[in-house]
Amino acid sequence: MHPLFIIRLVCSKGGCGNYVIEFKQVSKIYPNGVIGLDNINLTIEKGEFVVIVGLSGAGKSTFLRSINRLHEISTGEIIIDNTSITRAKGRQLLTIRRDIGMIFQSFNLVKRSTVIRNVLAGRVGYHSTIRTILGLFPPEDKELAMRALERVNIIDKAYTRSDQLSGGQQQRVSIARALAQEAKIILADEPVASLDPLTTVQVLEDLKTINVELGITLVVNLHSIELARQYATRIVGLQDGRVVFDGPVEQATDERFKEIYGQPYEVKKSEKIINTPTA
Amino acid sequence: MRKSLTHPPHKEFSRINMKKRKHIWTTLFIILLFAWSIRQTETSLLDFIHGFSNMFDLLVQMFPPNWAYFDNVIPPMLDTLRMALLGTTIGAILAIPFALLSASNVFTNKWLYYPVRFILNLVRTIPELLLAAIFVAILGLGPLPGIFALGIFSMGIIAKLTYEATEGIDPGPLEAMTAVGANKIQWIGYSVVPQVTPYYISFVLYALEINVRAAAILGLVGAGGIGEYYDKTLGFLEYDKVSTIIICTLLVVVAIDFVSTKLREKLL
Repeated sequence: MHPLFIIRLVCSKGGCGNYVIEFKQVSKIYPNGVIGLDNINLTIEKGEFVVIVGLSGAGKSTFLRSINRLHEISTGEIIIDNTSITRAKGRQLLTIRRDIGMIFQSFNLVKRSTVIRNVLAGRVGYHSTIRTILGLFPPEDKELAMRALERVNIIDKAYTRSDQLSGGQQQRVSIARALAQEAKIILADEPVASLDPLTTVQVLEDLKTINVELGITLVVNLHSIELARQYATRIVGLQDGRVVFDGPVEQATDERFKEIYGQPYEVKKSEKIINTPTA
Repeated sequence: MRKSLTHPPHKEFSRINMKKRKHIWTTLFIILLFAWSIRQTETSLLDFIHGFSNMFDLLVQMFPPNWAYFDNVIPPMLDTLRMALLGTTIGAILAIPFALLSASNVFTNKWLYYPVRFILNLVRTIPELLLAAIFVAILGLGPLPGIFALGIFSMGIIAKLTYEATEGIDPGPLEAMTAVGANKIQWIGYSVVPQVTPYYISFVLYALEINVRAAAILGLVGAGGIGEYYDKTLGFLEYDKVSTIIICTLLVVVAIDFVSTKLREKLL
């Protein structure tokens, strides 16, 4: 067995760092005065599958992007694996980001590049600049990328140009990128919003498997409460940048959400018929 | 028509009138500008018509072209092509840092990209012939100053077009590479470069087309290439030779344009 693989096995059992995400009094006020996040305090433990729900503009995206500092916060601090990402600079920030994979609504692959190159892009944080710019990845990396593609059932497309793939396939490539990155935490910003119901299920099933089998923490933004209930272990509801609900799925009942959000979430429920998978 | 229902008719009329008046004033202004330009430059249509007979004489003298002269034209023509090729290459390489530094989505610092763009604009205001003359003064006669002039000139064009194309790329992959933890160079290499390369190559080919044409006249200021032969033959009033050179230049320019256009069509 390859030594790297053994290390990976040990790490997946929780040996190397705990990767807890802590929000400490986090607020974000945009330059135009709009409040993005309003005094958020919460802790996400390793291995959780947290789904963030809320209406458009509730701050879901801001919340998610503040974790890997794609968005800066105004006050407070975010701590990942006992290191403050808020205060991290230069190299240190890059190293923290390397451990956090990200999946986007619009997939964000380089469409002109091959699938394998997009997946290998997740490895750049592990090697020198010269090496990555020349595309000289070690064979282990290529194998890792291939196995990531295998896991999301898309290995036969490895050498296809990414723009030849369907939306669902592209999203699976971006999951493979996060896996090849050997991320300990994966953030997903509306990962299924531009997919049809069938591929929605496939992508969420992939994420669930990754969460259960590899112990990777998942923080996912969804606007469908139905899907949230199906896949999450914990649901966090946001409204106007504040946490208005935080608890296990069992507590996230229709009544509770009607209380919090009123009508709009009822409307969302009509999508239930389309979104509910048979699996 | 619905507007005339909401507005009283006289208001609508006055608006049309105002528009009309504006048109009249604009037209008058342009005519005035035209007349003033004619006066100041002492342009006269009569001179032009008188010149017609001279032009006809010239055309007669140019025909038939001196085909024997073709052999003499080919070496400087090849020189011109080499100048264009080298100049474009230098310009293409120089353009890369300038284009990246000018693109506001690559380097978000205003204090960086505005000054760089200013330099680019400055470079592009200098005509290539003037650039060549300056380089001839520095480096002496020959193709070398011509190559440098073309390099600087095409750098301006390629950098400007490329940075504009760069600002239009899909921001998604840029964000994804930030999230992955890539450093700035890796970030550029994995999200900007693959998206902008086809445009860049297309602009380099376009610059080559322009440079072949520009290189053909650089000889007029002593910067090598076919231009020197224009100068010489025109000076000795050997118009049959001039027409040979013109035909040769035309063939080369059309051929390069054709190849480059075909390549660019394939790229985008």
